[in-house]
Amino acid sequence: MALKIVKGSIDRMFDKNLQDLVRGIRNHKEDEAKYISTCIDEIKQELKQDNIAVKANAVCKLTYLQMLGYDVSWAAFNIVEVMSSSKFTYKRIGYLAASQCFHESTDVIMLTTNQIRKDLSSPNQYDTGVALTGLSCFVTPDLARDLANDIMTLMSHTKPYIRKKAVLIMYKVFLKYPESLRPAFPRLKEKLEDPDPGVQSAAVNVICELARRNPKNYLSLAPLFFKLMTSSTNNWVLIKIIKLFGALTPLEPRLGKKLIEPLTNLIHSTSAMSLLYECVNTVIAVLISLSSGMPNHSASIQLCVQKLRILIEDSDQNCEPSVNACMKYLGLLAMSKILKTHPKSVQSHKDLILQCLDDKDESIRLRALDLLYGMVSKKNLMEIVKKLMLHVDKAEGTTYRDELLTKIIDICSQSNYQYITNFEWYISILVELTRLEGTRHGHLIASQMLDVAIRVKAIRVFAVAQMATLLDNAHLLTGNVQRKGICEVLYAAAWICGEFSEHLDNPTQTLEAMLRPKVATLPGHIQAVYVQNAAKLFATVLKSQEGNTDSTAAQETSQLMIDRLPLFVQSANLEVQERASCILQLVKYIQKLQQKDVEIAEEVIALFAGELNPVAPKAQKKVPVPEGLDLDAWINEPPSESESEDEQPRAIFAKEEPKHSRPRHTEVDEKELAKRREARKQEQANNPFYIKSSPSSQKVYQEAPGVEHIPVVQIDLSVPLKVPVFCPTGLPMSDQYVKLEEERRQKDRADKKKKEKKKRKEKRSGRGKRHDSGPESEEDITPAHMVDIVTEEMPENALPSDDDDKDPNDPHKALDIDLDKPLADSEKLPVRSHRAAEVLKSPAQDGDAESAASQEPKKKSSKEKREKKKDKDRDRKKSKEDKKKKKKHKHEEKGEDLLGGQAEEPVVQSEATSEVAAPPTSTTAEVSDLDFWLSNAPVPSNTQEAATVVAAAEAAPTSEVASGTAPDSEPDEPKDTETEETKSSKHKKKKQKKEKEEKEKKKKKKHHHHHHHSDGGGEESVQNGTVEEEEPLPPMSNYCLLAENSYIKMMMEDADKVNDIQGNLQDGSQVVVSVIFENKCDSFLKSMEFNVLDSLNSKLQRPEGSGPHDGLTVPFQLPPGVSNEARFVFTMQSIITPQKLKGTLTFIVKNEDSSTHEKLDFKLHFTCTSYLISTPCYSDAFAKLLESGDLKCSSVKLEGVVMPFHHLLARICFRHHFSVVERIDSCASMYSRSIQDHHVCLLVKTSGQTVSIDAKCDEPTLLGNVLDEIKQTFSQC
Amino acid sequence: MIKAILIFNNHGKPRLSKFYEHYNEDTEQQIIRETFHLVSKRDENVCNFLEGGMLIGGSDYKLIYRHYATLYFVFCVDSSESELGILDLIQVFVETLDKCFENVCELDLIFHVDKVHNILAEMVMGGMVLETNMNEIITQVDAQNKMEKSEVSLTLFDIYS
Repeated sequence: MALKIVKGSIDRMFDKNLQDLVRGIRNHKEDEAKYISTCIDEIKQELKQDNIAVKANAVCKLTYLQMLGYDVSWAAFNIVEVMSSSKFTYKRIGYLAASQCFHESTDVIMLTTNQIRKDLSSPNQYDTGVALTGLSCFVTPDLARDLANDIMTLMSHTKPYIRKKAVLIMYKVFLKYPESLRPAFPRLKEKLEDPDPGVQSAAVNVICELARRNPKNYLSLAPLFFKLMTSSTNNWVLIKIIKLFGALTPLEPRLGKKLIEPLTNLIHSTSAMSLLYECVNTVIAVLISLSSGMPNHSASIQLCVQKLRILIEDSDQNCEPSVNACMKYLGLLAMSKILKTHPKSVQSHKDLILQCLDDKDESIRLRALDLLYGMVSKKNLMEIVKKLMLHVDKAEGTTYRDELLTKIIDICSQSNYQYITNFEWYISILVELTRLEGTRHGHLIASQMLDVAIRVKAIRVFAVAQMATLLDNAHLLTGNVQRKGICEVLYAAAWICGEFSEHLDNPTQTLEAMLRPKVATLPGHIQAVYVQNAAKLFATVLKSQEGNTDSTAAQETSQLMIDRLPLFVQSANLEVQERASCILQLVKYIQKLQQKDVEIAEEVIALFAGELNPVAPKAQKKVPVPEGLDLDAWINEPPSESESEDEQPRAIFAKEEPKHSRPRHTEVDEKELAKRREARKQEQANNPFYIKSSPSSQKVYQEAPGVEHIPVVQIDLSVPLKVPVFCPTGLPMSDQYVKLEEERRQKDRADKKKKEKKKRKEKRSGRGKRHDSGPESEEDITPAHMVDIVTEEMPENALPSDDDDKDPNDPHKALDIDLDKPLADSEKLPVRSHRAAEVLKSPAQDGDAESAASQEPKKKSSKEKREKKKDKDRDRKKSKEDKKKKKKHKHEEKGEDLLGGQAEEPVVQSEATSEVAAPPTSTTAEVSDLDFWLSNAPVPSNTQEAATVVAAAEAAPTSEVASGTAPDSEPDEPKDTETEETKSSKHKKKKQKKEKEEKEKKKKKKHHHHHHHSDGGGEESVQNGTVEEEEPLPPMSNYCLLAENSYIKMMMEDADKVNDIQGNLQDGSQVVVSVIFENKCDSFLKSMEFNVLDSLNSKLQRPEGSGPHDGLTVPFQLPPGVSNEARFVFTMQSIITPQKLKGTLTFIVKNEDSSTHEKLDFKLHFTCTSYLISTPCYSDAFAKLLESGDLKCSSVKLEGVVMPFHHLLARICFRHHFSVVERIDSCASMYSRSIQDHHVCLLVKTSGQTVSIDAKCDEPTLLGNVLDEIKQTFSQC
Repeated sequence: MIKAILIFNNHGKPRLSKFYEHYNEDTEQQIIRETFHLVSKRDENVCNFLEGGMLIGGSDYKLIYRHYATLYFVFCVDSSESELGILDLIQVFVETLDKCFENVCELDLIFHVDKVHNILAEMVMGGMVLETNMNEIITQVDAQNKMEKSEVSLTLFDIYS
């Protein structure tokens, strides 16, 4: 053994080390590859040895060879071996090699998890450091998930060296495992204030990187960053923070105001150019965000542009020239930011930009090109493009020239060719561009040619002529190999000539050009277009020749086709071959007919009849999914899972989110179906993407939404002009257009002058000035052509969506997570444990799906909260006004209604106190923190900060109190006035009685509020009891008696009807109440008005425009003995406790001879059950939900229940809106969901007369109430 | 984020390549060649920023480079990095190399690419800047080298005892 070690190490002495390898490679310059391959063989031998030192040496050499471009992935396992060496020296070599060549699909990475974990917890900080560094390069989703917890622990390591690395690597972990972001974020945030500057810098780095992609989620960190900005001295940190602020200011203009001062201070104090520049950049961003909508700020923008101009123009003699060049570059870069929002300010520096276009530095030229995009106008487009064309000629490198080419096309085609006044000029520019050698953008030019020719009808004659010339001179384009890219334009040329062949001067000649043998050397797809369009041309030629008496010409043309087409029939390209043989046979047949003197031109033309309309590039995506089509739904139900999984949910009564909770299929009646079918048909008829069933409908389509119906951008014209000399391709024709254009404009101007002289009465102030200074305004330039720019077609009722540009694969999308929400219990990083094999299967996918599912409602809710807050703010204002009014009102009424007035005050007060006691939701607190910080208060110093935060936290609930009082106090008023009216009218006799009632009501109301806000369960249950007792429950009907008198009986169903579920789910706060009105008397009941006293929590939804206390008219009348049902929608804020609302129904009882006004008081009782929606849930999803761990547990026992188990279940299902997930013998799991997405799970077990119900829900209060209600249900039977 | 760090000489020979995103070896070589092609044809006194480069980048990415004697130091970064900040970082990197190798020259990089990697690892980690303070970087590098030395002598001791 000892001998072996010695032998190994002696071997090692004679092995090549890295230096030897490098030296060897340098000495074998002639046969480097051969030398290296022998070295690799040696390395392979070394790797086979047991000695780790030898292996490490080999791996080290491999790392070098990897840099030279040799694939070393075959040694991945050996790299892992070296990584796991106990010696730091080898470990480091191993990790370096791994970081250079491991990636997500390296399978041995799976083996490293435990080794890395071991290294992370090593007592030697450099072992840990090396592992972190390596991991940062090859972390995979699996590694991220498995190690997230370990890394998070390291974030609080005692050594700052480890802390900073751990903090930094968290970003990579977030990217690969987005679920870790929320659990890890609090600690990350903490690290922003780490005593070590390195750790702080790392935390800033990570948060800035996160915030850059989803800035709005990090807005609440602004105060913290602000503090850092004013306290940090690390320029790198400052730069990052300032860049981050640059991204945040557009979201929050108030932030900008706060930033200006410290930024200005930094600009004055710093000596670091890099920091200075970023400050300036952010100041620009601030100014932009401030000036949008505020004209007075554009002056400061102007100033900024001026300063940037100085930066670009002047060079500091003391600096290196390259530094000056850098500043020039950055100046232009900053300007392009301003250009986006303030094009006018930049446009005045056109001279500078054009000058930069001549810079010797390509980077600067490219920046200038970018700026040019925003500078063009109708007036200067030709001039600018002319200049660019000169550059195209001069440019040496193909990259820059290609860039120029794309820019020219970009500039000209921007916003629907807005700035092009003369399309002949544009076509000739495009033709000139085809002269470029070796460009990759032949395709781009071709598509422009096609686009213009198709969309600008007026230009077709000219375009066709140009294209014919191109085809004629095709040899120029295909001449040498280098021009491969450019031959794409022939594709466009051939198509245009064929499609618009009626405009050709000499179609026969073009046809001949298209059938030349040389064409066979073109790429297949171009040949195919040639062949197809040759056929179109042939049809046109036939048409023109048919009128002639002499038929030989026509026959000659057919002969030409027959002679030339066989060449294409032999083509190796399938498309070409197919088209050619088809057309060849067709022509042969035509020839036969020609010989019989049959007139066939019309029929041949008919082959190609009809016009093709341009379709917008994103049209396909915008086609809306037809109503009722669920693309995610199974067409056939998937085969059921294995039995073993079926057993799971019973065994574990634990928790998780139901992944598969699918949308319920709403039952649709026949009528509805018919309606939908009709709608779909209508939609299809208007949709170009549907293949129509009958040819007639196709025609209809062609005519109806055809060219005439497409919105057309009309540009009117004056004199159409022609370039007198028709130049062959290759001569810069466009210049002549520029000249002509100038002449034309001058003429126009002269004309206008004349006109103006005639119309003296017009104010000529503006115009006069323009004449002096020379340039004309945009409107003065008339285009040279009558141009219809046909806009592209979009499918009807296309979905307006802005997310087209977003890359669905962007890893940062998954990190768009609300970080202000408090952490749920389930949000923990996975801790090391033995996982079952099946969990391993697809952890990444599972995770994604779960997170998506769980994030959706979260985001929604936070948004809702914010919106609600806004609403409240609005309400608050309103309520103040209302209050004022009310006070006046009160004074007037005081004498009469003293009692009511007094009762009012305490109610409000109790309200307020209870509100204060309620803890504010954290979101509102956060937001208001930020609001407070952003409000115009003086910049808080460090000591003040804490105080302000506290103050803000206090401010939040008080504001809620203020807003909270309003809606509650409102309903009191209408009562008073209403009763007042009634008193004054018919029912004067009952006055006394009424007043008594009034008192009672007030008392009850008070009581009600009390109940509402106290969380004491006992009191509630008492109330529940009293109410429930009154309800006579007919078997298995959810209707219960609401109120009854001699005239009318009201029955209520507190459930939501099937039809309404969707609405409910969307709103999450709506409950529909169905009330049956039954006329019990012999009289006719009419003018029924249903009114409810809204509480803070529940409101009756009233039609828009009506006040908060108007009654709702019941939309029917009731003849004697008839009953009818009406539905009322209520909006609920909180659904976790049962609610009671008092209401009144007023109606008129009409007899033959008289009519009386009657009223009926009732109480609406919203049980917690009524907020539940029976939702089907699959057992696996159910199990997941239970496993998830964020549900609170509760249970209840029912004694003395004598009914079969299935009856019991049916009762729970029916009464309490649950659905059975699974049932085994005397045990069943049930599920329901509230309208606000609380999950409620039940496990019902029965033994004898005892029924035990274990329940879980993410909202304990709701659960308690539901269980109480269930108990009630069974206590009554 | 930094996407890649490349060092090559005036002839385009790679002296160090560190990609923070995975490419296969052939693409890496192509990127190095292309980058060299782009950078080498630029004058000395033009700016140090470069757009384009088909393989690496896209519109959000930039090449930021410095030329020292026979070597080009090129960083490919996205828009979250400050251009001038990266230029400073390159300077810090070169100065650190100079301290660690005592008057660094191309030969040092040729023969000790592993050491260069180790130094770089203390500055940039997984594409993010870890440390910009030269002294801190040197301290950590030295400490690790010392550890390595003690291990080597220990190994030798093992062998000969």
